[in-house]
Amino acid sequence: MIRVVYLGKLADVAQRSESQFASSSGELDWPDLIEVLRNHVNPQISQAAKEERTLVAVNGTVISDKSALIARDGDEVALLPPVSGG
Amino acid sequence: MRDIRLLDAMFTPGTLIGSFTQANPGLGGVCTFVGEVRSDHDDVKALELTHYEPLTLPGMHSLADSAFARFDLMGLLMVHRVGVMRPGEPIVCVSAAARHRRDAIDAVDFCMDHLKSAAWFWKREKRAGEWHWIEPRAQDHADISRWK
Repeated sequence: MIRVVYLGKLADVAQRSESQFASSSGELDWPDLIEVLRNHVNPQISQAAKEERTLVAVNGTVISDKSALIARDGDEVALLPPVSGG
Repeated sequence: MRDIRLLDAMFTPGTLIGSFTQANPGLGGVCTFVGEVRSDHDDVKALELTHYEPLTLPGMHSLADSAFARFDLMGLLMVHRVGVMRPGEPIVCVSAAARHRRDAIDAVDFCMDHLKSAAWFWKREKRAGEWHWIEPRAQDHADISRWK
């Protein structure tokens, strides 16, 4: 399973704080993730994930190019909206 | 002496600062900033800060690394709340101890500007019984650019 965590406002958009997705190949790339978000969560979160200001972390590391994402079984992917500061 | 923490319950900055100061014998100056939940809008009943465990505390540690590299510090205390807070409650306490005042003052200013604009926190406030997410402010980005 691949765990997807929604931070900040994105938890409201997704109407949940996280999801678990299975992939038959054991992997999800960026287009796959956009697709499962649209089909299994809602179109709004899929759209929000695509926004330039939404960053993506895999297992606690922010990736510089989310379109190059490859998430594997057991990975945690976080969708990060802009921070509002402390 | 370096003390970096995330707390999920109310804290009393004074008790932290006392022991922090004592843990840095020989200091020439200590500078402390405490941020609290503002109560200037009567309709704001609560503020909630959420964080992401794998990023937030590690991010605060790397901010502390940058402060130690940039300023001549003896000690740094950086304590940040998460969770739901009420107006008047402390959110953040940053204290720096140094041989000379300028390093202590600037280190606190530097850490606060970075915590306000680049740390992994998401904030929402409760007004009239409803939660509203706080968007990033241009001023915070202007503040951080002072250190580039």
